[in-house]
Amino acid sequence: MNNLERMKKFRQARWNEPIIYEISEPGARAVLVPGPCCGCVSVEEATASLPEAMLRRDKANLPEVAQLQLVRHYNHLSQENIGVDGNIDIGQGTCTMKYSPKVNDRLAGLAKVADMHPLQPDETAQGILELFYKTGGLFKEISGLDVFSMQPGGGSHGVLALASIVHAYWRDKGEEEKRDEIITTLFSHPADCAVPITKGYKVTIIQPDAEGYPDLEAFKAAISDRTAAIFFTNPEDTGIFNVRIKEFTRLAHEKGILCCYDQANANGLLGITRTVEAGFDMSFFNLHKTFGAPHGCGGPATGLVAAKKELRPYMPVPLVEYSPEKGYYLDFDLPKSCGKIKSFWGVAPVVVKAYSWIMALGADGLREVSRVAILNNNYCMKKILAIKGASLSFPNHPSRIEQARYSWQKLKEDTGFGTADVQRCIADFGTHYWSSHEPWVIPEPFTIEPSESYSKQDIDDYCGVLAEISRMCYEEPEAVKHAPENSTVHHIDHDYFDDPAKYAITWRAYNKKYKGYFEPR
Amino acid sequence: MMKIGFLINPVAGMGGKVALKGTDGEETLRRAVELGAVPVAAGRADEAVKEFAGKAADCLFYSPSGAMGADLLKSYSLRTESLFEPSEHTVPADTRRAAEMMLERGVSLIVFAGGDGTARDLCSVVGESIPAVGIPAGVKIHSGVYAKRPKAAGMLVGKFISGEVRRFAAAEVVDIDEEAFRDNIVRARLYGCMKIPDDREFMQERKSGGSGGPAEEAAELAAFMALSMKPGHLYLIGSGSTTRQLTERLGLDGTLLGVDAVMDGKLIGKDLTEAEIKKILSTVEREKRALIITAIGGQGHIFGRGNQQLSPEALRMIEKENITVIATPAKMAQLFGRSLIADTGDSALDRELAGYIPVVTGHGRKIMAKIS
Repeated sequence: MNNLERMKKFRQARWNEPIIYEISEPGARAVLVPGPCCGCVSVEEATASLPEAMLRRDKANLPEVAQLQLVRHYNHLSQENIGVDGNIDIGQGTCTMKYSPKVNDRLAGLAKVADMHPLQPDETAQGILELFYKTGGLFKEISGLDVFSMQPGGGSHGVLALASIVHAYWRDKGEEEKRDEIITTLFSHPADCAVPITKGYKVTIIQPDAEGYPDLEAFKAAISDRTAAIFFTNPEDTGIFNVRIKEFTRLAHEKGILCCYDQANANGLLGITRTVEAGFDMSFFNLHKTFGAPHGCGGPATGLVAAKKELRPYMPVPLVEYSPEKGYYLDFDLPKSCGKIKSFWGVAPVVVKAYSWIMALGADGLREVSRVAILNNNYCMKKILAIKGASLSFPNHPSRIEQARYSWQKLKEDTGFGTADVQRCIADFGTHYWSSHEPWVIPEPFTIEPSESYSKQDIDDYCGVLAEISRMCYEEPEAVKHAPENSTVHHIDHDYFDDPAKYAITWRAYNKKYKGYFEPR
Repeated sequence: MMKIGFLINPVAGMGGKVALKGTDGEETLRRAVELGAVPVAAGRADEAVKEFAGKAADCLFYSPSGAMGADLLKSYSLRTESLFEPSEHTVPADTRRAAEMMLERGVSLIVFAGGDGTARDLCSVVGESIPAVGIPAGVKIHSGVYAKRPKAAGMLVGKFISGEVRRFAAAEVVDIDEEAFRDNIVRARLYGCMKIPDDREFMQERKSGGSGGPAEEAAELAAFMALSMKPGHLYLIGSGSTTRQLTERLGLDGTLLGVDAVMDGKLIGKDLTEAEIKKILSTVEREKRALIITAIGGQGHIFGRGNQQLSPEALRMIEKENITVIATPAKMAQLFGRSLIADTGDSALDRELAGYIPVVTGHGRKIMAKIS
């Protein structure tokens, strides 16, 4: 059986697993939590000082499940899932899905990390503080920048940190009212537009020219003394590296504008080019993306913020510092700081994994990561562009870095099937494909990013699946219409994610909105 | 049983191949036939019907007899009730009559093949009362009510029949004056809006972001614009469906096709003529005169299509930086790779307006667009 045949015989596990509350049995327990002992105060004593109104009268509505039933429940859910460890995860372009070494999970799970409490005095937390400090040191090499914060819990959170630093900077200069605009590009990550808006900024988007580069003339027309900062991703979501980037940052600096670099995906840049050489003042890197910590489902993650030393006063507090007298310590003494971005100091296990990953590879290894990622992408491009119905966005610009945006426009014109159909179909092969970030100005888009982790065989197999789906669209349209057949979920109505009247992210909300709506199981 | 109205304008598109830029008017049609034009609309409609016929076994179609629809439907053995016997050469009155009868029969969707003229005739009767899907078959297709290709129209009808369409959007019906067009003068007008199924594809996973559909985008844009309007300023608004959303948001009874004037939340002028626009502008100081417009039609015109009331003379009364162009992200995506067009009728003014302009697309969100 060849790989394509094998993938075609995939069947998705389908357990019809109830929500954990639905398997709850009164009195069932997975663990018995010990009561207070060894000199701790009793529950009554601890709660005696609380106002009457704050005391809970009823027990919390928690699911009651014994260990075996609990393990079975989560095992079922895990089998209904998909991820890097279970499929060729290159269809999630821009997300840099790569292998996260299991040994680093072990390190992050060691008691020395896992049992730490963020409120421990600094002198009892020297190890983890040293690790944060030294991770910063590694990024000094990677970015060329000077000061670092690992507080943000994700990539978009990193953008929020940058926007907050920008705001604190202009507040300090007394120009916070006037400088209320941010400039980004159409193919920067959508968070570079969305997040500054939540911070109160107005955002202007620069569209690409025919070559796929951000339009320099539009940029010149957009910047003014009202511009607070620029937020650029580079290479952009198209995989195109803006070779004129220094011209953009130079023009911005001429007007006093801060330059912020979204390096969430730095997988094509390591050891090849640095933030500082492109003329940026600050940046953020996703440790959970480029640097080997798992990337998934909204965290736990880290958007590491890096900035020039001139911007240190505006960084989030606290910063991790070192002095021979105090050792490693948390420095809260930044009166002009943008404040805190997140509770406590950052997601320590992610920092441990990223530190281990970088140290295991070394400088040469990091460079090799990017070189292989770029090579894989260019090999993959060659395979995809040989598939009937597929084409490259901005075909005048054939070279791409670590990812590429493609289009199924020809397939759509020929067969009526587009990227959404390919997406439904591919679930039948035990893998997946995510389409693209908005805006969908490239018709029927898809974005493929084969990071350094994937073998030639993996890329061949994945492209083989895309070729097979293309063939089906042309030759077996009925099969495409019915797909997916081997997966469990078919056509989804997204109102359940988007409509506040319909979505339910807690059991309580679910009961409120849907009690009696479905038949009892 | 689902009732569907179906109509082909059999003469639509005949002028195209013989370079007549439309087939409006009996004389033109006669000339087209003389020049060797052959009917094309039936073939385009056939491409669409092929896509949904398999799903339409339980539907009842209402269609004019013969080439105006019934023949094609019957060739697919679809249940069809003929509405009337149309005249030999289809005229706009036939389209309007068919639309009236379809409404009387209570159809839940109208499927039609034609061009901008056909859409205009239908729109004059149906408006936004029930959804419609246009199969592009005419020479001129500027109206948003048409699908990109006949096949896509057919697939959309199929989705509608099988209940997969839950949302609707307003699409503009635009037509140009064919007489003038044949003399190479483009004079476009906005004739109204029709309700079209919103073809958001059902996907295995969701697209990133949660911007919602066209209706949500338009509502967000209108809400933001309403917030950003300054007291004591005179705002000229219109024309188009995007700007109408703004007057609706302000709780005002504005016009779709005209230019309205709003000041301090009140509608102080409605569907203004050029003379009225100039008069009302002169009532406030220059820096307090503002204009909110949108790109009309598929080509990205901000002036010179559907808003000729905004004459060069009137436009010169407003500072360039007080002109705000608004467009939904979906509209900007449609116009991707193209410039906005200012065709005011005064080439010197067109040159002054040329350059880059930030187009407001949503809350706090603009896209730099080129005007040429």
